[in-house]
Amino acid sequence: MSHSEATAPAVTEASIAVAATALHVTRGKVPVLRGLDFAIQAGEITGLLGPSGSGKTTLMRAIMGVQALTSGSVQVLGLPAGHPDLRHRVGYVTQSPSVYPDLTVEANVRYFGAMHRKGRAEAAEAIAAVGLEPQARQKTGDLSGGQLSRVSLACALVARPSLLVLDEPTVGLDPVLRADLWDRFRSMAESGTTLLVSSHVMEEASHCGSLLLLREGKLLAQLTPAELSRRGHSADLEKAFLHIIQDTAEVPSGSPERTVRS
Amino acid sequence: MNLLMLLATTRRVLDQLRHDHRSIALILVVPALLLTAVYFLYENETLPPGVPRTFDRVGLMMLAIFPFVVMFLVTSITMLRERTSGTLERLLTTPIHKADLLFGYGLAFSIMAALQSLVATAVAYWIFGLDIQGSPGLVVMIAVINAVLGVALGLLCSAFARTEFQAVQFMPVVVVPQILLCGLFVARERMNEALEAVSNVLPLTFSVDALQEIAANTEPTDQLWMDAGVIVAIVLAVLVLASLTLRRRTA
Repeated sequence: MSHSEATAPAVTEASIAVAATALHVTRGKVPVLRGLDFAIQAGEITGLLGPSGSGKTTLMRAIMGVQALTSGSVQVLGLPAGHPDLRHRVGYVTQSPSVYPDLTVEANVRYFGAMHRKGRAEAAEAIAAVGLEPQARQKTGDLSGGQLSRVSLACALVARPSLLVLDEPTVGLDPVLRADLWDRFRSMAESGTTLLVSSHVMEEASHCGSLLLLREGKLLAQLTPAELSRRGHSADLEKAFLHIIQDTAEVPSGSPERTVRS
Repeated sequence: MNLLMLLATTRRVLDQLRHDHRSIALILVVPALLLTAVYFLYENETLPPGVPRTFDRVGLMMLAIFPFVVMFLVTSITMLRERTSGTLERLLTTPIHKADLLFGYGLAFSIMAALQSLVATAVAYWIFGLDIQGSPGLVVMIAVINAVLGVALGLLCSAFARTEFQAVQFMPVVVVPQILLCGLFVARERMNEALEAVSNVLPLTFSVDALQEIAANTEPTDQLWMDAGVIVAIVLAVLVLASLTLRRRTA
């Protein structure tokens, strides 16, 4: 008994990539994250879903360590978020592509690769992974919006991070490419990479192993897509999410009783 | 500090500039054209025998002021873009050290400044017969140090601007007073006490003093090395201040 108690937590700890405890973030005077507690399993795709303004980007920034926390803590790969040792192991793709428009695709990827001691071969591989080989020598600023966000993704892939944080990576992509990218994410997860992918499109939830449902800075639920459709009483994940929101609104947190007003 | 990341940054900044032919042309050609204007301004002056031409004094100072102004502008805009486009925040989530980024920038623009002052100095010497005692190599050296000063101040000022429009407005605040008080228009010892006191602590003053040392002596003087040392110290101090404005974590 005492033996299993001693070993069990160690095993779980190793398989947890991100853990947030009582996480509060206030930006200016606006509370953006209001007490989040969750753990993200390593080697899995976790979807961060919620309407725009629900705090997805702030949560991702907190995990990356670029967002100052008001209270609570975030542990990433066993270290506090933002720890210098994490900079080699964590990759971040912001929502608006943060790349140099006046450089070629290749030069962009090689520059960010250089920060992780990666060279030409790794850069070429990352460019191929996002399907931009034909554009490799074009100026990034001349590309379309969807291509631009893929350049930004390639700049993160080149580092081969253990944890990849992606803020709405599939916005504006055509369906074929979106499917390709999700395949890519899945194969990365299978080879041990942890992915946290945000989206406001619920249909993307089905690609994830686990989901964090965020609304108004609070965690509505952490569940699998199957649980989402069961608890939300709908195979349509959008509707299921809606049902869960309605259910939660009817049961105010802290009081177990239903308010039977409406 | 990591030399690999520093050089990657230098290479990236130069690569960005390489695609911008118009800026390269402006950086290399404009100082030479302005120098031409200065030469013809004083073309018809009548001087008592033995007094050096005004061009030898003003033209020489211009050689140090151009790279300072140009690099201040180029750097503050480039760095501001880096801050607003999100690339800076992204870079700061990677292992790059702030010093690698700042010195990488400094090195890239110093290379451009060296090319610029080589062109301007060559024009001053060979076309307009600039006549000074010291070596043109020392003039180029001071010009490059001045360019790095411009880079350092530009990096720092970009932290206080939110838009490119604001960044440009820092030029009259930071650059113009230094040009007015450096001794180009009025010799510093003829200024009133207050202005002279301000002048004494402005970095560009030391560059102009260094250039006057080069103009007056065939061999480099101790005063020259001291002036150069002071500017380098100021540059390092400004770069440290600039690095404090690079925040890995923001509210």
